[in-house]
Order: sequence, then structure tokens, then C-alpha cells
Amino acid sequence: MDTLLQQLINGLTLGAVYALVALGYTMVYGIIGLINFAHGEVVMIGTMVAFTVIVALAGSGLPPLLVLSIGLAVAVVVCMALGWSLERVAYRPLRGAPRLTPLITAIGMSMVLQNVAMIIWGRNYITFPPMITKHIYSVGGATFTNVQVAIVSLAALVMMALIYLVHRTRIGMAMRATAQNPHVASLMGVDINRVIAMAFVIGSALGAVAGCMVGSYYEIAHYQMGFMLGLKAFTAAVLGGIGNLAGAMAGGLLLGVIEALGAGYIGQLTGDFLGSHYQDIFAFIVLIIVLMFRPSGLFGEREGDRA
Amino acid sequence: MLEVTGLRVSYGGIQAVRGITFHVNEGEMVALIGANGAGKSSTLRALARLLTPAGGSVRYRGKELVSLPPHRLVGEGIALVPEGRGVFPRMSSLENLRMGAYARNDKPAIQHDLEHVLQLFPRLKERAQQTAGTLSGGEQQMLAIGRALMSKPKLMLLDEPSMGLAPIMVQKIFEVIRKVASEGMTILLVEQNAKLALEVSQRGYVMESGEITVTDESHKLLADPKVRAAYLGE
Ligand SMILES: Nc1ncnc2c1ncn2[C@@H]1O[C@H](COP(=O)(O)OP(=O)(O)OP(=O)(O)O)[C@@H](O)[C@H]1O
Ligand SMILES: [Mg+2]
Repeated sequence: MDTLLQQLINGLTLGAVYALVALGYTMVYGIIGLINFAHGEVVMIGTMVAFTVIVALAGSGLPPLLVLSIGLAVAVVVCMALGWSLERVAYRPLRGAPRLTPLITAIGMSMVLQNVAMIIWGRNYITFPPMITKHIYSVGGATFTNVQVAIVSLAALVMMALIYLVHRTRIGMAMRATAQNPHVASLMGVDINRVIAMAFVIGSALGAVAGCMVGSYYEIAHYQMGFMLGLKAFTAAVLGGIGNLAGAMAGGLLLGVIEALGAGYIGQLTGDFLGSHYQDIFAFIVLIIVLMFRPSGLFGEREGDRA
Repeated sequence: MLEVTGLRVSYGGIQAVRGITFHVNEGEMVALIGANGAGKSSTLRALARLLTPAGGSVRYRGKELVSLPPHRLVGEGIALVPEGRGVFPRMSSLENLRMGAYARNDKPAIQHDLEHVLQLFPRLKERAQQTAGTLSGGEQQMLAIGRALMSKPKLMLLDEPSMGLAPIMVQKIFEVIRKVASEGMTILLVEQNAKLALEVSQRGYVMESGEITVTDESHKLLADPKVRAAYLGE
């Protein structure tokens, strides 16, 4: 019983991170139908930048919370600029090209970013400076930390802000219109190029926040960390129904929980043949099952509902 | 108001519009009729800059439109009601109408125009919160026209508003088109239903395989034996 509760708590934490990253995939997919495989690397760069800033300011005597906030803010700004540049330099020139072309470009960009990160930050694991005094709380036999509380609340806050943006603001309305029918949206006066750029910028900002979260959760970063994280978040987006914002949020949380439960019980299920380090397989089992039986995802519209 | 000279549209190697010249005067309703594939929609899409013409010029109130990006046209006062309506399927009727006013920032006037549109189409008022994708074809056409009106256009380009609709619905929609025209709107009406289009318009152009072959006042075209034979099923 205490394993169950513990794994639910861990799953929720991880799921909040997946959800934020999945939103970046789904926003871009919803508007231009591109799976931006470089998005995981944007998240990784977010973690790296935040680490660098935090390490640089660690000895400055500033209060830790301020240092963390500055790290987060710089990461967000850098990632927004990166997302904007990716769209501008790599994807926009390919608008109207066959679908496979930008997809391959995305994979290429992901490699480019990994290598750039390797050159800047090196091949080794980078460890997070011990900035946060960890508090551990326990309920019903399970424990969680203040870091986990911060991750889940910040994710909830960011997602509410996104929902507000998409449903209550002018640019959000333009984004929804463009996702449903770009030609007609442009007839209404929507500058499609701007909307597409915004989708990349906002998605990258969410990615940066997620990057800071994984960084502070695992207290470690590596130039290849974006690959697995990106793949899992992509799975979460597909699970929720790619192109669907609520789907990405739900898919992220669900995947986090599935993974954590899987990791918690895999030993029992396989008679200790497989250990919890096999937890990564669950995301891909989920991906395969969804693609086989419900490719439109849990919340995905039927094809006919999409404009 | 609108002067089109030598307009050409091609898709890859196929020439869909082969250098057509026509004009629309202020306050006029002009019909552009022709069979399937004649190039009518391609012409409208080129006017609305949804595609870049292969050649020719489109002057609107003395301004060249061919160099403008599509999202700037609405600000010039041009609204296209596209073939197949193009409503935003996952937005409510009301949101669709508000999208029509996206480029405007005169809030009180927008509210006023919204009420006017809902008066023109009482059906939309009943369906205000309904998702546009679930509206009937006729309701979607009303919504598309209403949405175009919400941009407060000076020139409306209508692409087959009667397509796929029951006669009673066609009648309703044309009543509104007539009413809007009588209030001074300039309209370029593309229709396969030639009889209907020629009855409501002042002048007409007949398009055949990418070229304009006949033009005259609408009532004369209605009486023209050749036009009657080719487009009015006689
Ligand atoms: N996107 C496209 N790609 C290639 N060819 C096209 C495209 N759109 C139209 N065409 C071709 O251009 C020609 C003119 O098409 P258009 O849609 O302008 O005709 P239309 O007069 O509007 O016909 P309809 O009355 O059936 O709507 C047709 O031969 C059509 O096949
Ligand atoms: Mg047509």
C-alpha cells in the first residue's frame, strides 16, 4: 500500500514535467503538423543554462530562491530565443515541402543541438549545486519533498496560464483559428507566420521550465538527457491525442503515473527478473499500445473534426 | 473599385486561369459564372492572396494587391467567403463571428455589428454556443457570411454560397445577400447556379476553361440563347 501511494506521488511529479514538455510538442503539431523532434534538446539546453547561471551565482551571497529564479528566468529567455530561431532558420524555409522533409530536419536539429551542448558543457554529468535545503514530509507511509511540491505547483500554475492564454486572449484565439484552418485564419487578418513563431516560443518557454524542474529533481544534467525526456513527452502527447492541449496535460500526468507504478511493481510482476531501472520500457509499451489501438489518443478528435 | 488585368493562376504546369480581365464598380454586385473547373475559385483565391498569381495585376481602390500578404487584405476592406465555408469547426458560432472581427479594435462597434449579424441570421443566434463543426451546411454558410460581415468589409467575394444547400436555405441566404447589397456592399459573386447569380447581380462574366468568354449586363446574359443553353439547362 505504501508503495502505491509513494509511486503515485513520484509519478505525479514526473508526470507534471512530461506534461509541460508534451505541450511543446502538441502546440507545434496542432498548428503546423510537425513533430519537432528537437524539442527535447531545447529542454536540455534549458537545464544546462539554468545550471550554469545557478552555479555562477551560487557564491554571490544572493538568497537561494532568488538565484534559482534568475536561473529559471534566464533559461526561459534563452529557450524562447532558441525556439524562435529553430522555426525561423530550420522549419520556415520548408513550409510547403513534403511532410517528411521538416521531420528529418527536426531530427537533424536535435543532433546539432546535442553536439553544440556537448561542446559547451562537455561530455560529463553536471551536478546541481546544493542550493535547496530539502525538507521531507511523510503521509501514510509515503514521503515527498518540498522540491516535488514546488514542481507540481509550478507546473499547475504554468498550465493554467497557458489555458488562459489560449482561450481568453487575442493571440490564443489566433492560435486556435490557425490550428483549425490556417488559410481562413489569414483571411481574418491573422499573421500565420507570427502565430507559428509564437507556438515555438511558448512551447520552448514551457520546455525551459520543465528543464529546470528535472534538473532540480534529479540534481544532474547531461547533454543527452533531452533525448529520452523528449521521447517520453512525445509519447505523452500521443497518448493524450497529439494536437490537443488538454490531452498533452492529461497524457503527461498519466504517463508519469504509469511509469512510476511500473517501476514500483516491475520486480513483483516479473519475480525480480527485471528491476526498477527498466522503468523506461513502460513509456514505449504505452506508445505502441496507443499507436496500435487508438492512434488519435485518449482526447484526440476523430480525423473529420480536424480542419 | 476592383480592377483585374491579365490575371493568371497556375498549379504546377496546369494553367487554371489564363489571363482574365474584369472589374467591379463600387456598390455593384457582379456575378462570375462557369462550369466546374472553369477557374472561378482560383480567381477568388488569387484575389484574396491565398495563392500567388502567376501574372497580372489586381488593383483595388488604386492599390496593387498582388504584393500584399494575405492577412493584410482584411484591413483593406476585402472579405472572402470561401468555397466550402471554411468555418472554424471547433469554435462556437459566436467565436467564429468574433474571429471575423479579429483585425478590428473598435470594441463597441464590433458588439453593434455582432447584433446586426445575429439579426440578419436569427438562426445563428439560436446556435450561438454550438460548435461550428456540428452546424448544418446551411447554418455554416450563414456563419461564414456573418463572419465575413464582422470584418466590416467594403468588398465581399462570395464563392458558391448556394453549394450543396436545399432550395429553401439557398433562398434564405440569397435574401440576406440581396439585403447586404442593397445597403451598399460591393459584391463579387461566384456561382454555378447561374440563374440565381444573374438574377441578383447587375453584371456578369462567363468563365470557361480559365478564360472569360462573355460579359454583359446580367439580365441580357439571362436572355442570351447561348448562355441559356450552356448554363441555364435549356
Ligand atoms: N490546388 C490545386 N492543385 C492543382 N490543381 C488545382 C488546384 N485547385 C484547382 N485546380 C485546378 O484548377 C482548375 C480550376 O479550378 P477551380 O477550383 O478554380 O474551378 P472552379 O471554377 O471554382 O470550379 P467549381 O465550380 O467546381 O468550384 C481545375 O482544373 C482544378 O482541377
Ligand atoms: Mg470553385
